[in-house]
Amino acid sequence: MSAAPLLSIDSLYKTFGGLTATDNLTLDVRAGEIHALIGPNGAGKTTVINQLTGELTPNGGRILLDGQDITTLHVHARVHRGLGRTFQIVQLMGSYTALDHVALAVQAHQGHSFRFFRAARDDRGLRDPAHALLERVGLKARADEPVASLSHGERKQLELAVALAMEPRLLLLDEPMAGLGPVETAQMVELLQSLKGRFAMLLVEHDMEAVFSLADRISVLVGGRAIATGSAAEIQADPAVRIAYLGEGDA
Amino acid sequence: MHDPFKFSGKALIAIAILIAALVALPFIAKAVGLPATTPLATRLLIYAIAAGSLNLVLGFGGMVSFGHAAFYGVGGYTVGILFQHLRIGEPLFGFIPGTEQFLIAVPAAILVAGAFALLIGALALRTSGVQFIMITLAFAQMLFFLFVALKRYGGDDGLIIRRRNALFDLNMRDDMTFYFVVLIVTIGFYLLMWRIAASRFGMVLGAIRQNERRVAALGIAVYRYKLAAFTIAGMGAGLAGGLVANYARFVSPDMLHWTKSGELMVMVILGGAGTLLGPLFGAFALVTLETVLSGWTERWQLFLGPILLLIILYFRGGLSGLFKFIGGGGK
Repeated sequence: MSAAPLLSIDSLYKTFGGLTATDNLTLDVRAGEIHALIGPNGAGKTTVINQLTGELTPNGGRILLDGQDITTLHVHARVHRGLGRTFQIVQLMGSYTALDHVALAVQAHQGHSFRFFRAARDDRGLRDPAHALLERVGLKARADEPVASLSHGERKQLELAVALAMEPRLLLLDEPMAGLGPVETAQMVELLQSLKGRFAMLLVEHDMEAVFSLADRISVLVGGRAIATGSAAEIQADPAVRIAYLGEGDA
Repeated sequence: MHDPFKFSGKALIAIAILIAALVALPFIAKAVGLPATTPLATRLLIYAIAAGSLNLVLGFGGMVSFGHAAFYGVGGYTVGILFQHLRIGEPLFGFIPGTEQFLIAVPAAILVAGAFALLIGALALRTSGVQFIMITLAFAQMLFFLFVALKRYGGDDGLIIRRRNALFDLNMRDDMTFYFVVLIVTIGFYLLMWRIAASRFGMVLGAIRQNERRVAALGIAVYRYKLAAFTIAGMGAGLAGGLVANYARFVSPDMLHWTKSGELMVMVILGGAGTLLGPLFGAFALVTLETVLSGWTERWQLFLGPILLLIILYFRGGLSGLFKFIGGGGK
């Protein structure tokens, strides 16, 4: 693994007033790996994700995707560079069906949407790939349900199908297991496992069992700073992590 | 789930009946000795276009534009000013000849209104929420005062257009002929709105209304789509303005006043924002209520208010919701 990393975060720095949310964070994600970002509540994990997607602008530091500086790019421009994401709190369109969501993502990936005449819901070029993706995440039977009638777990699966439609090179997963029951969590872990290698993932997650079974490398974020990076075994053995993280609260 | 932009057999029949009724209307009006109904219906249709264009931004796109009448007025003035320059035989800005050709003047109204919408939208859409409402209102009021100050084109008093634009060999002075011209334009306009709402563009617009953050995360440049919708809506209002200038043979700054923007908003919300035919129903209902109530009392607005409140409170989808409810399709 000597190749240049797919994503490099270099001395990222972000403050909210007097609070330092991201404190000179340096981190990288290699092509094809699952890199988990863990840390206690308030460690600044979601703040990092939001800077990576472009929803927040850092006060300092750089973000490189495949060697190119994307620190100041708009949210949508980063997506076109191959940066996909899922949301911790699902972000969906209340009146659209599950299929509509994925079809819209397929449409966005195909290029611009300045097409005014042909009915999008009859467009097989959008609907067929969307059906395939829903099947991939196990939502085939729920395709025509409005999202309002999907369960929490199904919405999380839908988030993932939408992200897959964008064919990301790097997928930012913001707590994909949050709020899921044990069975659903196991399904999600299995699903992510099956996607491993197709693209890189930066996984923010509280479920340690899931993290340890999925991640190639783990970084521990405390106070906006990475105090350790390494394999599951290395992290579990790291004394600093034990004090700062595992000692602080139950994981 | 039911696709809102696909019509069931029942809905198609209802639409066919509606169109048949609109076609028959001037003949019936004449037969029963109420010829004044035809010009009233013409005005209704023109409002239906104006409200329908606002529905694209307000209903489908979720952008609360409070200055839509500006584009309506600009469209009207385009027709009026082009006619004026033809009459005095002096080109506009020294090089644009005047015209009374419907097929030139009305498309010009659409384009000029669209250009204003593009400009105003480009600035206003950098904001959102209350700021967006206030900025669109402010721009509309600026244009209102611009036309008040343009003494050359009548200023406060407005501009009289001595005759309607010419279209082929039609006798445009005839109310029935003009009605059918407007009816055809209205049907064409609503067909276009239907295609747009169901298109890829429409799907993006509907998604932006519901969750802008999600749409941006799909890699869609939200601003560009909002601006395109805002511009198309401005063009639609310009079309309505161009038609009303022909209808009334008169334009005045009142067309751009904020109360006119408010009226258009009421039509959209009353009829059902984000529904295809809602603005048409809303325009019909508002103008009819206005006509009927003002026949009874001078303080008709006192009665209009509560009626609007009741409809909006009890039928969340406006009149469209009411019809769905009656048709048994309500939830």
